[in-house]
Amino acid sequence: MKRKKLTSGRIFDITNVILVSLLTLIIIIPILNVVAQSFADAKSLAEGNFIFFPKGVTLDNYKAVFKDTSIWKAFLISVAKTVFGVVTHVFFCSMVAYGLSKRDLKLRNIYTVMGVITLFFSGGMIPTYLLMKKLGLLNNFLVYILPQLFSYYDVVILMNFFRQVPVSLEEAAKIDGAGAWRVFLTIIMPLSKPALATIALFNGVFQWNDFMTAKLYITNRDLYPVQMKLYEIIVQQMAAANNTFGSVVLSTTSKGIQLATIVVTTVPIIIIYPLLQKHFVSGMMLGAVKE
Amino acid sequence: MGLYFKEFRKQLPLQAMVLPGIIFMLIFSYYPIYGLSIAFKYYTVVDTIETAPWVGMQNFKIILQDKYFWESVVNTLGISFLKLLFGFTTPIILSIMIYELNEGMFKRIAQTISYLPHFLSWIILGGMLINWLSTTGMVNQVLMFFGHGAKPTNFLLDADKYWWIAALSDTWKEAGWGTVLYLATMAGIDPTYYEAARIDGAGRFRQIMSITLPMMRNIISINFILTVSSLLKSNLDQTLVLMNSQNQPKAEVIDSYVYRMGLVQGDFSYATAAGLGVSIVSVILLVITNRMTSRLNEESVL
Repeated sequence: MKRKKLTSGRIFDITNVILVSLLTLIIIIPILNVVAQSFADAKSLAEGNFIFFPKGVTLDNYKAVFKDTSIWKAFLISVAKTVFGVVTHVFFCSMVAYGLSKRDLKLRNIYTVMGVITLFFSGGMIPTYLLMKKLGLLNNFLVYILPQLFSYYDVVILMNFFRQVPVSLEEAAKIDGAGAWRVFLTIIMPLSKPALATIALFNGVFQWNDFMTAKLYITNRDLYPVQMKLYEIIVQQMAAANNTFGSVVLSTTSKGIQLATIVVTTVPIIIIYPLLQKHFVSGMMLGAVKE
Repeated sequence: MGLYFKEFRKQLPLQAMVLPGIIFMLIFSYYPIYGLSIAFKYYTVVDTIETAPWVGMQNFKIILQDKYFWESVVNTLGISFLKLLFGFTTPIILSIMIYELNEGMFKRIAQTISYLPHFLSWIILGGMLINWLSTTGMVNQVLMFFGHGAKPTNFLLDADKYWWIAALSDTWKEAGWGTVLYLATMAGIDPTYYEAARIDGAGRFRQIMSITLPMMRNIISINFILTVSSLLKSNLDQTLVLMNSQNQPKAEVIDSYVYRMGLVQGDFSYATAAGLGVSIVSVILLVITNRMTSRLNEESVL
């Protein structure tokens, strides 16, 4: 490397800024390209000779997306599974974590060992599928919620956070006659908002992005979340591409709809992204120092 | 004993809060682990796990002779090694580059942008990739601009390019996110080390090689162990969205093979056995790499 000989820190800084800029552009340009294409008309899409500015700009792709009731429905399912899933997950994990955060809890060692084992071993795809079938969760909205209620990883994060709440606050409440539930709901939960937010955000991103649950357990298209709907559109397009043996004469209208759906599906992530960024470093550190 | 139960009774409200979690784990974690026993059985749709007849190691014997299974193993390993080559090293280099930037707007923007793809689903990214790699897509445009290849090709229909596409797209998606932990580690390095090095006349590059990298040795080892032990793990989301009938011979990975054999063709026992066998080999890999790196580091990181 030349840089080794050039002792001037200035040249180092400039080279570094240029390299980081290049890498950043490699990440952002393709994304902007998809956004630009989603606003392109059929002719520009077929020609495709632009990166940022299509010759023909149109809102037709978006109009088509918003007219398609099946996409709307899929959006509603996604919103429902995300909101309902996050609220139940955070509450369920917090409840268990509060109990486990008490070091003098009887049988606590057994519970902990049971939890740690779940972090390293799982039954895998097929036995889990057979369980869902047995529980009647195939083609059931609850399959998005019930299996996601609990995660021992999140419980450990919450448990460590709950322990930082001053014991004196709890003691005072107990003297006033508050029971375990009362303490949990009125003292622990409100004081742990940053941890709850971190768990909620990460679980929310998972729920919004999750397509595998639908792919594995849902065949009823009325229950498809938007990610699964998008997958279906993409697979149809690929099949169309294959039928022409590589020459790819895609229907440009469905390509436009696909691109617009991609953009619309990404918007919620972009909206909460600043919040995510605020929380994810702390979330990751909490996870890294667990146990 | 009497005292124990008395204390347990006093804790009843707390125990009642933990109990749902225990029941959850028994049903959703431990029952499927018990369900792994069908790998040693002949399980059909009409059976329950209990009534299916035992067949011993028969499923495993068939798997060892299954040409398509080994094809999926080769693909999984091929993609994983490329991921190890790019996906493991890029975050280390990128995090050092970001660390060396001066605090300010540019650093924040670079971080914000590089973390973003991690939060996009593989379906979104898959749709984007199919678009970029198509004949009219961005990649062909750029190649044509630089005068490469007279005729644009659809890269995803070219089986020989699939491993590279899978590994590089994964690196593109996760490299930025991979820097978070490294940057957090670097933030903990004592600044006086750098001051001392500067007084001794060390340049910036020398400081990286002699201070930053050695200080990150532990966290890099941990990540290396985790990466190596997941060599046999594959990305089912990515595979399902990027695989097509043309690239399937190079794109089929173990997970997608298990998915296809089990859930599409209904051969539950066979698919479970394949998955179980691969998990066991993964655990062995984890133990071996942990031993090897601990010998290098003189301390076990796990």
